[in-house]
Amino acid sequence: MAAVQIALKDLKQRVRDRSAFLWGIVAPLGLAAIFSMLFGPIADFDVSFAVADLDGGTVASAFVDQLEDLEADGTITLEVADDAASAEDLVEDGSVDAAFVIPVGFTDAVSAGATVEVGVIGNVDQAIGTQVARSVAAGFAGEINTVGAAACTVLTARDESCLGSPSLGSLAATALAEPAFTESPVTLAGSPAASKELSSETFYSAAMAILFLFLTVQFGVLGLLEERQNGTMLRLLAAPISARSIVAGKALTSFVLGLVSMTVLVVGTTLLLGAEWGNSLGVAVMVLAGVIAAMGIMFVVAAFARTPEQASNLQSIIAFVLAMLGGSFFPIAQVGGLVAQLSLLTPHAWFLRGLGDLAAGGGVGAVFPAALYVALFGIVTGGLAQLRIGRVLQA
Amino acid sequence: MSDNNLVLEASGLHKSFKDLHAVKGVSFHIATGETYGLLGPNGAGKTTTISMVTGLLERDGGEVVVDGREISTTSTEAKRAIGYVPQDIAIYPDLTARENLSFFGRLYGMSAKPLRGRVDEVLDIIGLSDRADDRSEEFSGGMKRRLNIGIGLLHGPRLLMLDEPTVGVDPQSRNAILESVERLSVEGMAVLYTTHYMEEAERLCDRVGIIDEGEIKAEGTRAELVSMVGQRDKVRLSATGHLDAAVEAVRAIPGVHDASTREDGIDLLVDGADRALPSILQAVAAAETSVSSVAVDEPNLEAVFLHLTGKALRD
Repeated sequence: MAAVQIALKDLKQRVRDRSAFLWGIVAPLGLAAIFSMLFGPIADFDVSFAVADLDGGTVASAFVDQLEDLEADGTITLEVADDAASAEDLVEDGSVDAAFVIPVGFTDAVSAGATVEVGVIGNVDQAIGTQVARSVAAGFAGEINTVGAAACTVLTARDESCLGSPSLGSLAATALAEPAFTESPVTLAGSPAASKELSSETFYSAAMAILFLFLTVQFGVLGLLEERQNGTMLRLLAAPISARSIVAGKALTSFVLGLVSMTVLVVGTTLLLGAEWGNSLGVAVMVLAGVIAAMGIMFVVAAFARTPEQASNLQSIIAFVLAMLGGSFFPIAQVGGLVAQLSLLTPHAWFLRGLGDLAAGGGVGAVFPAALYVALFGIVTGGLAQLRIGRVLQA
Repeated sequence: MSDNNLVLEASGLHKSFKDLHAVKGVSFHIATGETYGLLGPNGAGKTTTISMVTGLLERDGGEVVVDGREISTTSTEAKRAIGYVPQDIAIYPDLTARENLSFFGRLYGMSAKPLRGRVDEVLDIIGLSDRADDRSEEFSGGMKRRLNIGIGLLHGPRLLMLDEPTVGVDPQSRNAILESVERLSVEGMAVLYTTHYMEEAERLCDRVGIIDEGEIKAEGTRAELVSMVGQRDKVRLSATGHLDAAVEAVRAIPGVHDASTREDGIDLLVDGADRALPSILQAVAAAETSVSSVAVDEPNLEAVFLHLTGKALRD
């Protein structure tokens, strides 16, 4: 009962100074929105190209046809330039991200089996668009090589010499001009629901939520040090309540702040950012486990810090290091090696994994291993902190 | 005094911090309606003693019984009988006066309705009724001190412990605090009051324990303590003329125990200066010595402290 009274008093103070509101809701929601916009899905990525076909041959036309197909799909926006200078102008004035220049003699060179080049002019401010243009050009070059190899196989089957054969170029050029040859037999289909990949909105919502959860819970447990600093700890210790109920009161404050913050973030990011957290019960289990983990670390900090300021700084450092290592900012596990292994020690990594399991359509059972690890992290760290927390409860 | 009347019995208290033996066998008791003062300079062991008595600090030895229950750091029931006012202001600045009082009232198990009434009552006692719903961070230092005391009073404890409650307080607020403590004693509350201000101990306390270097050097009422250094008043005359002749003359007056000259006058040790002073002035005048001023120092607890420890209270 005393613990509840202490928690109610603390919550009143936190509502009054708005600190928990800012750290627990405003900051993570804002950052999740910003990150989602910055690193949102490629479908929203608008890329525009220009093409100047100076050759006009069959192979060059095949390349232009491929670009027009991409435009028809809505993947790119395409403008046709009369010459290289016009194409460059379009890039310079920012009308397009990059331009392709197909040089005179391109088709003849392919027919002759000679080395050919598609020029790419990129806008310095559109690095990603230019990179995409280079990839498209490289892809077409790959097709030329493939078709050339196929033509060589045909010639070899006819007992004709492949190397330097005049027939090789014409066969390849004919094949490239035939749409059936240039359509890729294999396509990559996006299927996020069937994979464990979170959408960017969901990923950044979850990543920011777990990061700031570790900062939000400090407003409860750090109250132990604040009570010491402003002298009220003496009053609490002189009251007819047990010392453990003081700790329990602070833990309860952290728990409520963490839970409310996470709940608001889950609902808020779903409604405002379109995040898809998955099975509600599974999310609740993960959130609960996350709050326990954050409280555990916070108790460790409170047990070792001398002042609230020192504890707050320490907690911020720990929260950000764990978040970075746990992949809240970028998929650090892809780095591999020791870093990837260290990442798996953090509750953040497991929290995001758990949500990935939910994104794959899993229910509560699917998140159980991840939730168990996250909760155990908090129980173990918090339990160890209890061995030393007594020093905060001394007069 | 019967033992039934005792609210606090502390006996043989010991406490060490590493090599420092801070409290060495301190014993005292306080009865219902009695105000007991622990008078001593800073570092004498007053706060350590009060912390052990309140159950805030583990003691190395000795026993503390409050309202019939032994107290320790883990006691909860025995602590209900105690109201504690720490030396430093211990309130929540972002809560109002009423919220501060209500919170601690609930920790002492007071239920909602009686608590509301008692909060109003205490706000009246400490003179903060008109500022009840203001945040305490907006209060002056004196108002914060009064709220600090109010929290200690709220649950109607049998024993109120005040640890130097007037340190850093302006004279007006100090007087208000002292008046509040006097009233509590009249209402039957036992009060343990620590201070290094001799005037406060003399004004408030029925009995005083003089503490220095972790030991109670002497204990008793003001009169009992003063009698330890004798009841003589020190009279200082600023005078010019035949000082030696005047000294010889006043020595013959009944009640004058000692007289000596100094550069600008005469010092005397007298039993009851108020009665002897007319005869003294007459004798000095007869010795052709003119007196420009008279100062009388009655014996007080400061003198007792000086007598017992060889140093002043504010050393």
